[in-house]
Amino acid sequence: MARVLIQFAHPVLSKSRVHAALIRHCSSLNNVTVNDLYERYPDLYIDVDREQRLLLNHDIIVLQHPFYWYSSPAIIKQWFDLVLEHNWAYGSQGRALVGKKMMNVISCGGSREAYSATGFNRYTINQLLYPFDQTAVRCNMSYLPPFVIHQTHRITDEQLLAYSEEFRLMISALADERITPEAYGQVQYMNDLLADLSRQPI
Amino acid sequence: MQESFFFQAMVYLAAAVVMVPIAKKIGLGSVLGYLLAGVLIGPACLQFIGQEGTDIMHFAEFGVVMMLFVIGLELEPSRLWRLRKAILGMGGIQIAGTSAVVTGLAVLAGVDLKQALVLGMILSMSSTAIVLQSLNEKGLMQTAAGQGSFAVLLFQDIAVIPMLALFPLLATAPATGTEGGAHGGASPLDALPAWAQPIAVLSAVAAVIIVGRYLTPPLFRIVAKTNMRELFTATALLLVVSIAVLMTVVGLSPALGTFLAGVVLANSEYRHELESDIDPFKGLLLGLFFIAVGASIDFDLIMANPVLILGLVVGVMVCKLVVLLGIGKAFTLSTDQNLIFSFGLCQVGEFAFVLFSFTTQEGILPKELTDIMTAVVAISMAFTPLVMLLNEKLLLPRLGVREADTRESDVEDGDNPVIIAGYGHFGNTVGRFLQANNVGTTVLDIDSDNVDWLRRMGFKVYYGDASRHDLLEIAGAGKAKIIVIAINDPEKRLELVETIKKHFPDLHILVRSTNRYDAYDLMNAGMLHIYRETLDTSLRLGVDALTLLGYRAHEATRAARTFFTHDERTLKRLSAIRNEDEYVSAARESMEELERVIQADRSAPDLRIDEGWGEESLIADANKNS
Repeated sequence: MARVLIQFAHPVLSKSRVHAALIRHCSSLNNVTVNDLYERYPDLYIDVDREQRLLLNHDIIVLQHPFYWYSSPAIIKQWFDLVLEHNWAYGSQGRALVGKKMMNVISCGGSREAYSATGFNRYTINQLLYPFDQTAVRCNMSYLPPFVIHQTHRITDEQLLAYSEEFRLMISALADERITPEAYGQVQYMNDLLADLSRQPI
Repeated sequence: MQESFFFQAMVYLAAAVVMVPIAKKIGLGSVLGYLLAGVLIGPACLQFIGQEGTDIMHFAEFGVVMMLFVIGLELEPSRLWRLRKAILGMGGIQIAGTSAVVTGLAVLAGVDLKQALVLGMILSMSSTAIVLQSLNEKGLMQTAAGQGSFAVLLFQDIAVIPMLALFPLLATAPATGTEGGAHGGASPLDALPAWAQPIAVLSAVAAVIIVGRYLTPPLFRIVAKTNMRELFTATALLLVVSIAVLMTVVGLSPALGTFLAGVVLANSEYRHELESDIDPFKGLLLGLFFIAVGASIDFDLIMANPVLILGLVVGVMVCKLVVLLGIGKAFTLSTDQNLIFSFGLCQVGEFAFVLFSFTTQEGILPKELTDIMTAVVAISMAFTPLVMLLNEKLLLPRLGVREADTRESDVEDGDNPVIIAGYGHFGNTVGRFLQANNVGTTVLDIDSDNVDWLRRMGFKVYYGDASRHDLLEIAGAGKAKIIVIAINDPEKRLELVETIKKHFPDLHILVRSTNRYDAYDLMNAGMLHIYRETLDTSLRLGVDALTLLGYRAHEATRAARTFFTHDERTLKRLSAIRNEDEYVSAARESMEELERVIQADRSAPDLRIDEGWGEESLIADANKNS
């Protein structure tokens, strides 16, 4: 059993449809902690001790946020800068996060096709997430493929519900350690594994 | 002797303990409770005490002296200076006006002019004890009516001195004897030549100021070092008593002298300690005083001339009321404030007892007249709380400054989720912020001027004491989610907290606190959301100071945020330590507390300054590897 920490960042959750639904769907799961960063640190004054304790107590770190300007909202960056301290998360003595896993759960307006070499955004989501990928690796963690919700402006209620259930399925599969490195090593998005996962008994 | 003393003490205390809670419970206020207790144990009912009531009254008048000391402590010189116009203007006109009206009426009724004049001056006095006690109890001291009443009463205190000097000149019969009463009369000063008397008086006043300012603080410091609380109390009592003695010697009002000493000490660090030491004595003596007034009402005399005496009571009170209403109008009090002011001050005060006995001794007024007038004064004092109550319940509601009643709550347009108790600078900032974000607020305030104005601005405001649970109920405390306690009186805040905890346990309480000590008290009361009113502001100033000194704005701001977190943690930690300790004096406590706070700042294990942004360890690591 792995413990999942959802580091959730949305500066105006009251205007969010997608993230509000996702959070609602997984907050009741066992072994899952939702850490609502903007709610806890409204002035971006992060309690470093608390955050480090949370990291130590969990195995999988899920960064859930809208994909603002090809990256995360500011608090996630602030959180990286302050919490992942030298000689704690990285550096010659930095071993605190060894063996843990990290991934992004993001929502964006563009389609999957728009995020490609020929598309509007010129790079794939995976390429744009390299800083996260590398940060995880630098801190001795494995970086998992992202869970992505595209075209959030056009999404219907039914689609949103489907996404939410997939999300819940993925989080509980992660907690149950049912997603192996072999499986996620072959896909671009976590979403791509879900068809297989839903066929397995839970 | 001793037995009789204990027996008497028991009777007085028992009467007070039984009657005052009953009176308070049925909304009559403590003053009326004490008065009723006096009537109950006095000659009229149970006859536990007889004629000695008057003697006890003289003794208990010392409570008034202490009250003025405590009032002085709360009144810094600068505030007193701001009140000067009200004191001279309202007070002066009140005495002159009332004296003139009463004198005129007395002359019309066939009283000799000189006697009528004396009568007029005596009856112009109001009761400091009753008025201030009642206003305090209702939390009205800071309103326009409260300040006006205080100004008038203070001027009356001063005016007693020239009156005592003037009366002998108005004597119509030879003096029957002299006696130095609590408020002056003949004094050893008479032995001095006429030119030296003013000098002696002035030096006495100067002595009070100099002693209060320069000698008392070091004395208290020495006493505080002995770590004996009772010695501190003894010193405080000694201070008040000696000033009273000194004032009596030079023929000034002791109340005035101690008031002066209080003002001088208002800025000293021992202010709170003095206040809390003197307060119980003051309260008990005032209670005793009211009991004595109740006991001294001569019911036989009243029964003999019921129409005359009641007629006089009503006549005198109406005269005073009319003059007071005029003054209130002239000094632009709003109608409701004016009513509180005028109904409050329309009785005749305790000074009248002293002045009447003085005038009888000096042969100024005949004994038959003063006997009747003494009864009139006592009854008018007993009527005061009733009259104030009538004003509150019957007249004020007609003015739209109603104490919220159920009819009004029926026509409400939806219930507001937030109640704000106290709409001064603190409360109204919170209120404006919430309104700006479309959060409906219901306001409770004790200042009827404020209430009136807010009503006109379209706010939903209730007038009244927020610690009354029926008022809270009407304001919608049963349905609201949050109550913001922004009242500026710490004791009222605690009272309100208790009321809410008892009657509305589901309400979130967000409470303002003046300082750390106040915050401790609120923590002990179980409060979770406490806002020290000076903390954020002083830190903001600190940030600007750092910035002006060349710190980067962001760093300074984060440093302040770190300090804030640290200070809140320290507060919680020290609140636990504090309860175990006993302190000699509030001042000492404050020093030790500050010492601990500063030590906590220095060691500060929780002051973790953004190490993630620091590069020292990174550079050290890099150098080691290369």
